[in-house]
Amino acid sequence: MAAGTTMTAANAIEVRDVLKTYRRYGRRRQFGTLKSALLSGRLFRDLRPDDAFQALKGVSFDVVAGKTFGIVGRNGSGKSTMLKLIAGIGRPTAGSVTVRGRISALIELGAGFHPEISGRENVFINGMMMGLTKREVAKRFDEIVAFAELEDFIEAPVKAYSSGMYMRLGFAVAVHVDPEVLLVDEVLAVGDEAFTHKCLDKFSEFRRKGRTVLLVTHSLDLVTTFCDEVLWLDGGMVRAQGDPRRVIDAYRLDVAQAEDRALGQAATAAVASTSREPAGKAPPASDELPEPVPETAPGASDTAKPSADTTPPDLFKAVEGRWGSREVEIDDVTFVGASGQPSHVFPSGAAVEIRLQVHAHHPVSDLVFGVGIFNADGVCCYGTNTDIEGAHSGAMSGKGEARFAMDRLDLVAGTYKVDVAVHRKNGTPYDYHRLLYTLRITSPLKEAGICRLPHRWQFSGDIRINGLRPPEGDPPQDTDR
Amino acid sequence: MLLSFRQLYRYRSLIASLVARDLKARYRGSVLGFFWSFVNPLLLLLVYTFVFTVVLPGVRPPELNPFALFMFCGILPWTWFSSSLLESSNVLIAGGNLIRKVLFPAEVLPIVTVFAGLAHFCLGLAILVAFLLYYGVPITPSDLLWFPVIVLVQLVLTLGLALLLSALTVHFRDIRDLLTNLLTLWFFATPIIYPLSMVPERLRWYLNLNPFTHLAVAYQEVLFLEGAFTGWPRLLAVGGGALCVFVLGFFVFDRLRDTLAEEV
Repeated sequence: MAAGTTMTAANAIEVRDVLKTYRRYGRRRQFGTLKSALLSGRLFRDLRPDDAFQALKGVSFDVVAGKTFGIVGRNGSGKSTMLKLIAGIGRPTAGSVTVRGRISALIELGAGFHPEISGRENVFINGMMMGLTKREVAKRFDEIVAFAELEDFIEAPVKAYSSGMYMRLGFAVAVHVDPEVLLVDEVLAVGDEAFTHKCLDKFSEFRRKGRTVLLVTHSLDLVTTFCDEVLWLDGGMVRAQGDPRRVIDAYRLDVAQAEDRALGQAATAAVASTSREPAGKAPPASDELPEPVPETAPGASDTAKPSADTTPPDLFKAVEGRWGSREVEIDDVTFVGASGQPSHVFPSGAAVEIRLQVHAHHPVSDLVFGVGIFNADGVCCYGTNTDIEGAHSGAMSGKGEARFAMDRLDLVAGTYKVDVAVHRKNGTPYDYHRLLYTLRITSPLKEAGICRLPHRWQFSGDIRINGLRPPEGDPPQDTDR
Repeated sequence: MLLSFRQLYRYRSLIASLVARDLKARYRGSVLGFFWSFVNPLLLLLVYTFVFTVVLPGVRPPELNPFALFMFCGILPWTWFSSSLLESSNVLIAGGNLIRKVLFPAEVLPIVTVFAGLAHFCLGLAILVAFLLYYGVPITPSDLLWFPVIVLVQLVLTLGLALLLSALTVHFRDIRDLLTNLLTLWFFATPIIYPLSMVPERLRWYLNLNPFTHLAVAYQEVLFLEGAFTGWPRLLAVGGGALCVFVLGFFVFDRLRDTLAEEV
């Protein structure tokens, strides 16, 4: 990937085929005493990795001097390991890391501060730890203190500082080391808004001065606005590198898909665990008991409170569960989008079908299907059933599928739980699935409330509002829609 | 390794500042302040004085007078030695956050511990000298020249062991417990609270294997005993050995350097 950028010395950081292996403690734990190591003459052999975990599996990339470079990736993808190797805190197991110019690493702010001594002394010691001479620190001292806004407290011991003061001082020292390469690991996640702004301003200043900044963060917005180039690490390997918007979009998509899989698994697990519950003593056979009668009583009384009489168990109590007589059973619930593929993540405004696979153990002549959608606060966003909508009779036998098709699911971004149920007209449930299914609605807009009411903005007179964005599911904005 | 040495040299002012910080931080908020540096050796001194003048008055050789002062000459450097080793065995683990989060040579930490111990030693020395003058112990001028050499030999030896122990303890935590017991044994196997001359001939050979024997004897000869310093060939031999220990300690530390950030 460096084919186009092999200009000498233009790269501030060069990473070549870096492998990093961490030893796991498996074997060492048992023999990890000095005596046994000495006895078996393994003192040094034991210190080599034996049961290994590969944090980085052959990573190569270049950071052109003067660029702001972002590294994104899920937890455990090797971002922080990479940063530490670049910072020189660890060494790669194989491969090489070359950095040109003085590095300053913002891995933890104020990591070297000693609580008992004054801020002044800590500034000197911390600055010297980062490679400045005493004179250099002295030269920058006033600037550091001014940046940290700690003029009045600099003689006080650091233990008396608030955590904000502590971080400001740590940040101030680190950026005033005046590095050619600044490494930043998620430090912006801490600190108040004003502090974050200050940090960002400082980064901008670094950019203007043509310094290289390497940013490891989970804040994708920060990456898209700040970085010239982004590296996406996944499982210790480079998944993509290049233009921030392109890489971040691909990354977001991947995260959504992974989340989708996770939600699917969670739902399956939840249904599995709740459907096993009623049987109590004989879990394995419980999933599809042919005789519904003995299951009714314990099932209804165990999971929720009233044994399914006039009203379904109260919907105000957000307890997951499944209950009912199981004369009719909901075997499977899927959410299907416009693509026809089952999913759990949909853009706001997309068409979504809730599909219920049901089967009746014996023919029933009293049948109502119901659906409810709840947001994370437990507020019912919408609930309906075939009875409410005027059906005067219902019956089924054998297998069947019920689809609840929504042309537009105009909920605001967030996580929603779904109830599905089959019950009698009087509310006695056959099979009630309470909050067992999860929907994630995504949207680029951060709207407030629960659902997006169909609307459009219109302006007359000399008003100009530009750049209004349609929600994701819509075609590009037309003025006359 | 040479590179590491050079880097260490670059960080000398950091070491100096950290030693100063250590001393300052240790006594900040305490009423007696630096006086605490003396409490431990003084207490030891009091106990042994009590034992050897009140409980066992006949044991001590009559020519060593005052005997307490003789013991102090050995206890003071021993305190420096043992506390430095004990502390440095823990210093990397205690400073783990620093090693994992800040890029700087980790050997600075045990080195700082040893030098902070040296500072305490020098303070204690002031007390010792005051007592020596008070009791009118004669001082030979040539001995004064040897004194810094003895301190230097001990410094090199302590540094080497501190580097070795600090790096190994990260991997083998039981070294700390081992060391506590070992140092107690070592103390009594060194002629500090008894003169070497009182040790039976057949045991003396074993004691001579102990490098600190020669250091303690050297301190006693130079500070306490009359006449010129005669043990210098042994001292220089110990010095050579100390240099080897230092190189070994630094080598082991250098080898383990990369694993430290992961293990602490």
